Amino acid sequence: MIEGAKWRRWLFFYVPLGAFILFLLFPFYWMVVTTFRPDAELYRPWMAPNYTPFWTLHPTLAHVKYLLGETLFSRWMLNTLVISIAATAISLFCGLLAGYALSRLDFPFAGSLGTGIFVTYLVPQTLLFIPLADIIRNFRLGDTPWSLILTYPTFLIPFCTWLLMGYFKAIPKELEECARIDGATRWKAMVYIIFPIAVPGILSAGIFAFTLSWNEFIYALVFLSSPEQKTVSVGVTSELIRGDVFFWGALMAGALLGSIPVAVIYSFFVEHYVAGLTGSVKG
Amino acid sequence: MAVPYALTERPSYAGAPRRGPVTRLLEDQRWLAAVLLAPTIVLLGLFIAYPFVKGVELSVTDATVGVAGHFVGLRNFAALMGDSIFRIAVANTFLYTAVTTVFKLALGLWLALLLNRHFKGKALTRAFVLLPFIIPTVLSTFAWKWMFDPTFSVINWTLFRLGLIHARINWLGDPGLAMVSVIIVNIWRGVPFYAISLLAGLQTINPELQEAAAIDGARPWQRFRYVTWPLLLPVTMVVVLFSIIQTFADFQLVYVLTGGGPANATQLFATYAYQIGVGTGLLSQGAAVSLAMFPVLLVVVIVQLLYIRRVEIH
Amino acid sequence: MAQVLIRNLNKKFEEVHAVKDVNLEIRDKEFVVLVGPSGCGKTTTLRMVAGLESITSGQVLIGDTVVNALPPMDRDIAMVFQNYALYPHMSVYDNMAFGLKMRKFKREEIDRRVKDAAEILGIQSHLKRKPRQLSGGQRQRVALGRAIVRHPQVFLFDEPLSNLDAKLRVQMRVELKKIHDRLGTTAIYVTHDQVEAMTLGDRVVVMKDGVVQQVGEPLELYNSPANRFVAGFIGSPAMNFATVRLHEADGSLWAQGDGVKIEVPAAIAARLRRYAGEEVAMGVRPEDLRVATDQDGAGLSVEAIVEVVEKLGSEILLDVQVGRSTMVAAVEPTVPAKRHDRLRLALNPERLHFFDRASEAAI
Repeated sequence: MIEGAKWRRWLFFYVPLGAFILFLLFPFYWMVVTTFRPDAELYRPWMAPNYTPFWTLHPTLAHVKYLLGETLFSRWMLNTLVISIAATAISLFCGLLAGYALSRLDFPFAGSLGTGIFVTYLVPQTLLFIPLADIIRNFRLGDTPWSLILTYPTFLIPFCTWLLMGYFKAIPKELEECARIDGATRWKAMVYIIFPIAVPGILSAGIFAFTLSWNEFIYALVFLSSPEQKTVSVGVTSELIRGDVFFWGALMAGALLGSIPVAVIYSFFVEHYVAGLTGSVKG
Repeated sequence: MAVPYALTERPSYAGAPRRGPVTRLLEDQRWLAAVLLAPTIVLLGLFIAYPFVKGVELSVTDATVGVAGHFVGLRNFAALMGDSIFRIAVANTFLYTAVTTVFKLALGLWLALLLNRHFKGKALTRAFVLLPFIIPTVLSTFAWKWMFDPTFSVINWTLFRLGLIHARINWLGDPGLAMVSVIIVNIWRGVPFYAISLLAGLQTINPELQEAAAIDGARPWQRFRYVTWPLLLPVTMVVVLFSIIQTFADFQLVYVLTGGGPANATQLFATYAYQIGVGTGLLSQGAAVSLAMFPVLLVVVIVQLLYIRRVEIH
Repeated sequence: MAQVLIRNLNKKFEEVHAVKDVNLEIRDKEFVVLVGPSGCGKTTTLRMVAGLESITSGQVLIGDTVVNALPPMDRDIAMVFQNYALYPHMSVYDNMAFGLKMRKFKREEIDRRVKDAAEILGIQSHLKRKPRQLSGGQRQRVALGRAIVRHPQVFLFDEPLSNLDAKLRVQMRVELKKIHDRLGTTAIYVTHDQVEAMTLGDRVVVMKDGVVQQVGEPLELYNSPANRFVAGFIGSPAMNFATVRLHEADGSLWAQGDGVKIEVPAAIAARLRRYAGEEVAMGVRPEDLRVATDQDGAGLSVEAIVEVVEKLGSEILLDVQVGRSTMVAAVEPTVPAKRHDRLRLALNPERLHFFDRASEAAI
């Protein structure tokens, strides 16, 4: 590394990096502070004297208690968890099989199918949500977890497939050939040799898919209507606001608690997550 | 091609185990591929291809929720041309996409270059930097909405205490500022994605190249311009195209912050489609608004595919 | 207990005709080596025997069975790959046991076979390790062990030694030979290294451009190569070639070319006579050249200028200029040759090779 004078390092490195970190993390800090701040402090005009917005002297759990006791928040968490796990499992299953076929088998139209799946990976949810809502209604899946468990894979499968193809391609073909000579069918060679070797990729794909499911909004907003079916994002948005009144303490508590599962998973698997993220744009 | 195993007689020598018909079928690559791809094709066909066809079908009828509707040709699209809100939404979407993309790329690249240096706590910093990207957008956007609150804004408080302003700024209430606010939040959410992706790209560049260029007398800026940037370009292109699609079709951020207001100042394709298709129940017109995004997305996707193909050839 | 028969075997990839009408009979317990430059079709042939590559036309028989349509798992073969292809997520033991587990052997039988093979190969103490914890040579042994435990009808080897360093390669070559002598399993071995081919093979098959050039025992290939390609490919350093014109004078046959004028020995002159007046390629191996003494007649030696002297210890390689072409001579280590020396090199008349200019076939 080429290093300069000390003040240059401060000016060109620490100051901008610090500014970035402040900019990127402040909203989360604000979320935390608001969660534990009593209403009396929250709704104090911004020009009031002796006002210390950046911390609180009277931390309270009132908002969290309200959220967990008076609202369906824990139900939303459970819904989101079930839906995310189910959608991730389906997508991993499909993505593993499809990714294997597209990266390691020789069959007609392999190339165009791969391109097709890549293109669906780029289709944003907002393009199709209206006709999809109609289809969900026709299938009588509206307002059930199935409406999301079955539709989330549409953006998760292409992602998983794409990511896993990269991992599969990196495995030498001799391993599989050797297994087949050793007496394994193609299927067994895939299950016993290729899949175990691709475990880091499977973990990356799974973690990424889980967070994508957890974060999804518009399908959940459109396909679910009854409060007890909602996911965290939708529940917080629609149930914690009465008319024009925002319950900021409870809202921020909801945002904070609703973020914790992804944040925890993320903290355990940062490297896998980053691998998933960068693998997804590698093309 | 040899005769597929499945179609010939069973092995006859003594050592060969007897195989069932399924086993033999799955030894043929084409059959195995078909079986492996079937679940994916069914799901994607049912919930991507079919909705797409259905969307096109809806957009040429006058269907509303619960009413099948009749064929009206391109009347919905013609109506959109004359719809002043739709025109605003189109202009907003392009503005929103263009401005945020430029900022996200510039800031993301800057952050990536900072993170690519050696310093204490680098791994931890990188992990924290990605938070805005992984935390559910809707939830973090609420934090911003609270920070932009007209009465209790912490941003206003800070600016006031610093003596930079004397009257409150109505971040989300003022039409011009609302767009600025929405753009800021989108940049906030997007910069980590750019930074981490570009950082991964930077890490694949051999540091010896930098050193060689330095020995050749290149100044830091020249080293970036002539060594780093060209090598980073392929990753950058993919990241930018990917992000353009996501931004162009963005919904949740605006939905939470402004709902498209005030007075449609932040209305985008997706929020407008939602407003008409779901809010008002005019399915066919909503589908038409959504589909109007399609040509733009198609162009970006094609550019991306062509670019990937070109990179693969080299 | 199996011979392998290959009948009129062909492989066409989209544009390339990789294997052309190959016919081979590999006898039971025989060790046959396929050798040739890269792209000669030797690996493709092996992979068709293994079932990893579909057969365009022709037949492969293992034992008495046509295996064309059998998947690899049902061919009862074992294969050792160039990059070892060890399963990275399994221990050495599990790597060796995998094939037996797939064939549903009993646990005790698997254990016995794995331990036997480990003992033969001297890797008993590594059974619990993962492949990445092993050295190249140890990995090679595990790959061999994985083949041995199966007691297959045929061993297939695809350049198994080429990832090893030179010293280890020689060592493993010897061990491979010993193992084959001990087990007596039919083996087909692919390599591009003619030394490996000569040392390992009971018989050697030389291939080029998808076509079998010659099949024979190692010394047969060395002493009487069927064509110019085999002559040049087998033997190191490679055979020297010179273009000569044959003509008769003074009752004997002369081969005359640039810087070369040689009286063809009577023993081979008979079959060369019909080429009198024509150009042919003459070949002489470096080890059949020596520094001429006064006893050597002018008719069996050439004038040479030394260009490079390579002292190998056991012998000296002289790169010399004869006329306008270069030749290599392997001479006694005591020869005091220096750069730019002029000397006369004598040829061993019994060991001259002549090839048709057009067909390149041996005359």
